[in-house]
Amino acid sequence: MAKVLVVTSGKGGVGKTTSTAALGAALAQTGQNVVVVDFDVGLRNLDLVMGAERRVVFDLINVIQGDAKLSQALIRDKRIETLSILPASQTRDKDALTAEGVARVMQELREKFDWVICDSPAGIERGAQLAMYHADHAIVVTNPEVSSVRDSDRIIGMLDSTTEKAKGGGKIEKHLLLTRYDPARAARGEMLRIEDVLEILSIPLLGIIPESEEVLRASNLGAPVTLSSPDSPPARAYAEAARRLEGEKLEITVPTERKGLLARLFKGKS
Amino acid sequence: MSLFGSLFGRATKTSAPVARDRLQILLAHERTGEGYESDLLSKLQAEILQVIKRHIPVDQEKVQVKLDRGNSVSMLEIDIEVPQIRTPGHP
Repeated sequence: MAKVLVVTSGKGGVGKTTSTAALGAALAQTGQNVVVVDFDVGLRNLDLVMGAERRVVFDLINVIQGDAKLSQALIRDKRIETLSILPASQTRDKDALTAEGVARVMQELREKFDWVICDSPAGIERGAQLAMYHADHAIVVTNPEVSSVRDSDRIIGMLDSTTEKAKGGGKIEKHLLLTRYDPARAARGEMLRIEDVLEILSIPLLGIIPESEEVLRASNLGAPVTLSSPDSPPARAYAEAARRLEGEKLEITVPTERKGLLARLFKGKS
Repeated sequence: MSLFGSLFGRATKTSAPVARDRLQILLAHERTGEGYESDLLSKLQAEILQVIKRHIPVDQEKVQVKLDRGNSVSMLEIDIEVPQIRTPGHP
């Protein structure tokens, strides 16, 4: 049975797309069939972050409107065979994303894949609501920063009230992914600590992604950070988060740079 | 931080605890129900104005409503500019 995940946050720019790509790649590397779905109609970017921007022919809206079959719109990742992406459309009207159409596509994706990861647009409008509507699990991406925490709180409220699960009397499983965390600044009292954010939002922690230059490098290259530099701290944090999604019980740590002698000698050459 | 500041301890208070406290207060209010508070405020403002208008003419534009949300108590402040009241019969 497929698991449907939504990666959401309310606030923009906190790392939803980066996290979708990184977690999708990490899950697919274990041989499971994974599809990442871009719900940001009009402002698609998952294709770019995944390095598939030149291969987009059809998109989610084409499939919803019956102009293309799902199999025609899915783009197979060139690095990992079990990873696919379903891009959002670039120009069309947002109203083209209908509730019935999304339901139909989600059903078909559930049959084809082990994991369906929906990259939500920012905000709390239709696009964000449709992205979360069919989810079994939600990953709430939050930066240790006041506006992001506030927006996450709003989104958690929506997850508990406006999703299919919630309406059926069930509960969507929520996980917090704290991104752009800087342990040194938090220790100096300059940044909200993990415990602060957890106490305020009170949902279980999936992982802590440390602030890192590797994230920008990965998007420059068009590769999920878990593939572009798998040994980097953010990649290790994402890989561990993916294992937790699969049910493994791993202690949560903030990965740091590995500074062995070899690493120091070859620094910058990899 | 300046050299002086770093030599003689923290010149500025750390900001993260301030962020945490602000969030806790804000979210405690926001979770009580969407829009509830702003509804309540506009109702209060309208009804209080009605009562006052029964006795004196009030210019809508000269009414200011302020709110300060606190941890356990919130303060609602309504400022109404009252025109000079002239005794009837002596214009």
